[in-house]
Amino acid sequence: MELVEAIILAVLAASTPLLIAATGELVTERSGVLNLGVEGMMIMGAACGFAGAWLTGSIVIGALCGIVAGTLMSLIFALMTLGLAVNQVATGLALTILGVGLSGLIGAGFVGERITPAAHLDLPVLTRIPLIGRVLFGEDAFVYFSLALIVAVWWFLYRTRAGLVLRACGDNHVSAHALGYPVLRIRTFAVMFGGACAGLAGAYLPLAYTPFFIPGMTAGRGWIALALVVFSSWRPGRLVVGAYLFGAVTILQLHAQGWGVGVPSQFMSALPYLATVIVLVLLSRARTGGSTAPAALGTVFVPDR
Amino acid sequence: MFNSTPNGLHSGETPLLQAIGLTKRYGDFLANDKIDIDIWPKEIHALLGENGAGKSTLVKAVYGLIQPSAGEIRWQGEPIVLSGPSEARARGIGMVFQHFSLFDNLTVAENVALGLDGKESFKDMSARLEQVSKTYGLPLDPRREVWQLSVGERQRIEIVRALMQDPKFLILDEPTAVLTPQEADQLFIVLERLKAEGRAILYISHKLEEVKRLCDTATILRGGRKVATCNPRAETAASLARMMVGGEIREVRAAAGRQTTVPRLVVNDLSLAPDDAHGVRLEHISIELKGGEILGIAGVAGNGQDELFAALSGERLAKDPGTVVIEGIAAGHMSITQRRKLGAAFVPEERLGHGTAPRMRLSENALLTGHAASGMVRHGFIDTAATLKTVDKATETFDVRKAKRDPEAASLSGGNLQKFIVGREILRNPAVLVVSQPTWGVDAGAAAVIRQALLDLATGGAAVLVTSQDLDELAEIADRIAVMFHGRLSQPLATSEATREKLGLLMGGSSLDQKEAAHAARA
Repeated sequence: MELVEAIILAVLAASTPLLIAATGELVTERSGVLNLGVEGMMIMGAACGFAGAWLTGSIVIGALCGIVAGTLMSLIFALMTLGLAVNQVATGLALTILGVGLSGLIGAGFVGERITPAAHLDLPVLTRIPLIGRVLFGEDAFVYFSLALIVAVWWFLYRTRAGLVLRACGDNHVSAHALGYPVLRIRTFAVMFGGACAGLAGAYLPLAYTPFFIPGMTAGRGWIALALVVFSSWRPGRLVVGAYLFGAVTILQLHAQGWGVGVPSQFMSALPYLATVIVLVLLSRARTGGSTAPAALGTVFVPDR
Repeated sequence: MFNSTPNGLHSGETPLLQAIGLTKRYGDFLANDKIDIDIWPKEIHALLGENGAGKSTLVKAVYGLIQPSAGEIRWQGEPIVLSGPSEARARGIGMVFQHFSLFDNLTVAENVALGLDGKESFKDMSARLEQVSKTYGLPLDPRREVWQLSVGERQRIEIVRALMQDPKFLILDEPTAVLTPQEADQLFIVLERLKAEGRAILYISHKLEEVKRLCDTATILRGGRKVATCNPRAETAASLARMMVGGEIREVRAAAGRQTTVPRLVVNDLSLAPDDAHGVRLEHISIELKGGEILGIAGVAGNGQDELFAALSGERLAKDPGTVVIEGIAAGHMSITQRRKLGAAFVPEERLGHGTAPRMRLSENALLTGHAASGMVRHGFIDTAATLKTVDKATETFDVRKAKRDPEAASLSGGNLQKFIVGREILRNPAVLVVSQPTWGVDAGAAAVIRQALLDLATGGAAVLVTSQDLDELAEIADRIAVMFHGRLSQPLATSEATREKLGLLMGGSSLDQKEAAHAARA
């Protein structure tokens, strides 16, 4: 019983940064921009978030520092790809390399330091309910925030006019421009939102997951977030499922190794990616027309004035 | 003849929209040079001109998409500066684009909502959409996604979207280019009705007969300048064309008594599944094309013409080699190069990216199709002199105008590049030429050169298959015309018997010998 609860808690904790980062990237890609720099923005969020929290002693300020760091990184990306119309893939990869290096520099002085991690919710009766109490009512604020965020993003994309315009930019930027929508401005906001989310997701790691900072601590989570967006076929609902599935597989393979299951650990680590490939194949077979990906994804747009 | 606007009709009134000395400069290039135009209410005003004459630029300026470099726009007598299309729409200027500004993966209702200012709720907007589409006889299902719709339906979305803003002035950019003649007739009824409601319409078209039938006034542009404003009904199609081109258009002449010889291209019951989600399945297509003959394939775009071209050229292979026979040899399984070696040549619809590699030089592009059978490769090495000679010969024979001897393909204008591509293939002296949309987006002068070249090639004994959406073009050069609809090819009609009405029915999917056909013709 306790083990099950522990596993569920671990899965939620492992999934939350994936969900937050992927939510941001989903919005970015829905506007038609492919930002492969999620890993770089996350690790910057981790370094700056920890620095902020350690210097001020406040988790909230730490989280804000992470958000600002991620947003600034995404602004570099926006300047290059939207302002100067540079190739998005190359810029995204460069952003990751920059982020990994810069975060190591910023975080160097903080390696070995510890902070008090983000507090968990503690309600008088509810949190004490066996099995589900701590899962539902004993999480840290990041977990609740991530779920609220994805609901808000779903509502924004499908229930607001601004969301419709954003999706329109991702589907056909030439048409959106012809109708008079400021494509580049909309995409800049979408990229910044993606950066803010990635920064927050990165900050989650040293602020709540492990209470210290080590260089490279995102360990490829940015790439998993990118894969998740594809896995979800750019739909918020499927993104939640995907994020928890990835989190679950990650945690289960750790436990499986602990239990001595005779499968090589490398194979277990590869499982989430294998799942992505299978889901993508199934999705593309199931849909007979139209495109699942935003049609303008990754293409450069230069308006003629 | 010049400036014979019926000004007397409007004395004492102000025009709805006026452009005065409108100029747009791109670098050194004057896209619009001091253009004056007056648009009156209750008027369908044609804007004529060849490609590159400045029609699109003028319209974009009036719709607020670009800012003019000089000159002014007056709306109901007042000078205005349009910051963007939303401001134009707010004033009552609507536009239906030539290349639809639609979003394939969004629904009809969402597409319409994006063209409006968003002040009403989505639900109210959807209800109004159904009402407007019913009022004007433009049926639409708001919940369907655009990629599922036909070209005609897509245009309906554009028109309904424009009408929902209740515009005083509506701009239509070549609206009939993609429609069957019957669909075009329906559009004209809608336009006449809009005119009767007191709206003004600016109508851009290449089709002069259509303009004469529909429009009250015509403004003609050439090389970025206004040449004339006239009453198109008082002009002939030839006199309008002269003003557009600035001279006589060379008439295309077929050599009398062309001899047909042996079948050179035969298609036997070709069926092919599409290779992507938006493609069309080819169903039981049979063609027999003899030497000395030109077969025209008409049809609304997207009915399988691209798929047929791919199957003929070898971009897609047929399972059964016998389905495509070139010069008596079963070639359905052969690659493009092998088919070229049999004597076939291919000119695809898309000039840049399919017909040529845009960033490669013309000589390199000549090599790309000529390497198989034109002696440009010796012992595995490129014979640069031979490739350059091909470029020079094509330039000379087909009057390709370019800045230097061997420029990049993308630097040529559409018409000149098309002349080069067609010339490149014809110089290989093919036995079979399959050509798709030979004069699409090409100005009248270049079009005449290309059509003449196709006729001369057939006179020389080659078999020529021409796919085109331009019925006038097919009537001019083809001996027989067949129509593609939903991946099927009709029986070919002799060109003399292929009236617009018959072709139109076939293009809309009716078959000629059925009762519905007669019914549709009456309706």
